[in-house]
Amino acid sequence: MERRTIFSGWLLPVVLVLPQLALTVVFFLWPAGQAIWSSMTRTDAFGIRTMFVGLENFSDLFTDPLYLDTIERSVFFCAAVAALSMGVALVLASAADREIRFRGLYRVLLVWPYAIAPAVAAVLWILLLHPQIGLIGRWLNSIGIPWDYKLNDTQAMLVVILASAWKQVSYNFIFFLAGLQSIPRAIIEAARMDGARGFFRFRTVVLPLLMPTVFFLLVVNLVYAAFDTFATIIALTDGGPGKATETLVVKVYRDGVVNLDIGSSSAQSVVLMAGVIVLTALQFRFLGRRSGGG
Amino acid sequence: MASLVLENLRKNFGAVAVLHGIDLAMASGEMLVIVGASGCGKSTLLRLVAGLEVPTGGRILLDGSDVAPLDPAERDIAMVFQNYALYPHMSVFDNMAYGLRIRGVAKDAIRTRVDSAAEMLGLTPLLMRKPRQLSGGQRQRVAMGRAIVRQPKLFLFDEPLSNLDAKLRVQMRAEIRRLQRRMAVTSLYVTHDQVEAMTLGDRLLVLHQGRPVQLATPMEVFENPANTYVAGFIGAPSMNLFPAALSHGGTAAVFSPGQVIAFTDGRRPGADGRKLILGIRPEHVAIDPAGMELQIDLIEPLGSETVVIGRLPDGELFSVKLPGAAPAGESMAVSIPAAHLHVFDAETGLRLDPAG
Repeated sequence: MERRTIFSGWLLPVVLVLPQLALTVVFFLWPAGQAIWSSMTRTDAFGIRTMFVGLENFSDLFTDPLYLDTIERSVFFCAAVAALSMGVALVLASAADREIRFRGLYRVLLVWPYAIAPAVAAVLWILLLHPQIGLIGRWLNSIGIPWDYKLNDTQAMLVVILASAWKQVSYNFIFFLAGLQSIPRAIIEAARMDGARGFFRFRTVVLPLLMPTVFFLLVVNLVYAAFDTFATIIALTDGGPGKATETLVVKVYRDGVVNLDIGSSSAQSVVLMAGVIVLTALQFRFLGRRSGGG
Repeated sequence: MASLVLENLRKNFGAVAVLHGIDLAMASGEMLVIVGASGCGKSTLLRLVAGLEVPTGGRILLDGSDVAPLDPAERDIAMVFQNYALYPHMSVFDNMAYGLRIRGVAKDAIRTRVDSAAEMLGLTPLLMRKPRQLSGGQRQRVAMGRAIVRQPKLFLFDEPLSNLDAKLRVQMRAEIRRLQRRMAVTSLYVTHDQVEAMTLGDRLLVLHQGRPVQLATPMEVFENPANTYVAGFIGAPSMNLFPAALSHGGTAAVFSPGQVIAFTDGRRPGADGRKLILGIRPEHVAIDPAGMELQIDLIEPLGSETVVIGRLPDGELFSVKLPGAAPAGESMAVSIPAAHLHVFDAETGLRLDPAG
């Protein structure tokens, strides 16, 4: 049912939406506007003069092989994080959906990692995987597997994917569990009576009914992997070794904050912003259609 | 087609016993209706047979072999659910074909079987639709079709008509009966609706608080209810039940305001003064100017007949079903024909038949 309030004047509604509008303007529209402006400028090496260059920063970006590499790396990273965290969460949620002992405890424990700050999570992973002081890192080296994610590109990528995915498993778990529990028991029972078992039943009945949740989480996870993993990556590998774990956000930070190339950095953040807008629009459209279609 | 035998089937949920030991033997092709008020354990019984619940004790013999330890997939039993439980993401065709595909039936055989079931149920034009595009009655038919195409040993129906409107329910009831006869598949049907139970069952099993109370044909249950619970549960409006005491050496009963009624079918055992419950169905009550006065509370005209609910001189509620319209006035005089009297023991509630 739609609930609608009719205001007689215009003052009250304006006052009511003002705080939200103010926040949006100060923390989004203003900086975003500045980013768009500075993405079209170039500053000299001493930071004294700034000149307008139009779309030149953008054309430079998309002809820069380093930037294209970063895009490729980021896409791989996002896909890997989303697939890993969603896959693990789905397995855990399926397990928690069944009748098992200590189910409540199990669920609470699975949600905990979500409450851990990214930098703290990164430290936990360092304590596990560091080649000299990490439990797993030392063990790997002791059994003859050369392990040092500070030197090896592949290992570095593996570490940031693991750490990033781990943090998101909790979130995905909650949504998958809720999704699984909203599937009517009788439908599962009907499938059992029809003779469907185990993974076949999951694939043909459960998963199709879970698809809305899967799609929603896919978008959320891609956005998470693209942006919120920044702190984790910086703390774990700082984008290195070399550029091995440098994703798009990390590059924005390195180019802009560290190397002070404000123009290019701004252009990169505008590109990222466009990406998020597209993903969000997709999600809104999908969710809107869902609630409308029944 | 298969025979079904239940032996001392029991189910506890934690410390609570839901079924106290059910024994039952069904012939091949029989339709048995399990009826009882909600919470009597009838759905649990059905789910035990289906394999959706694990029994606490007892055996379930399908064609002589115990299926109790088997998964539902291995039992070859089909079930029609109360809320249909159709797969919402599959078309009507796929809903019906799902179980066959799992069993590895050849593609064209699936086509033939689904088509003929759809034909039988009038679903042919709807085969490509999704469940959400169907009306309640159509969904019900698809759920039936899904069970039919499997050609299982046993059909289970879990209150399949309770989500339909009254008119459709009557129509589907007849249809289920016709289909079941035609296919001659052994069927267990659970309902709380006594009209459904009476019209559908070859036999009824009346459950009360997890115990079987009576297992007999519908007419037998109606004419000779085993106890006061069955007497009150089967038949609409409910049988009038009122306290009385045995008298005249067991050949008659006295009820409250000194009224005596002589049994026509023989003497009941026990000493005079034994506490009884007498029962008379509303439709058997006679209008008799010399009878008791009934203060009329409420008149329910049903068209072809009329139900009058009133109070006897001692305040007992009493209902009368009359052919035709209700009498005018605040009260009417009624008497209880001894030929239609049901006699129960007041302590146990069990039916008291003539001795010897």
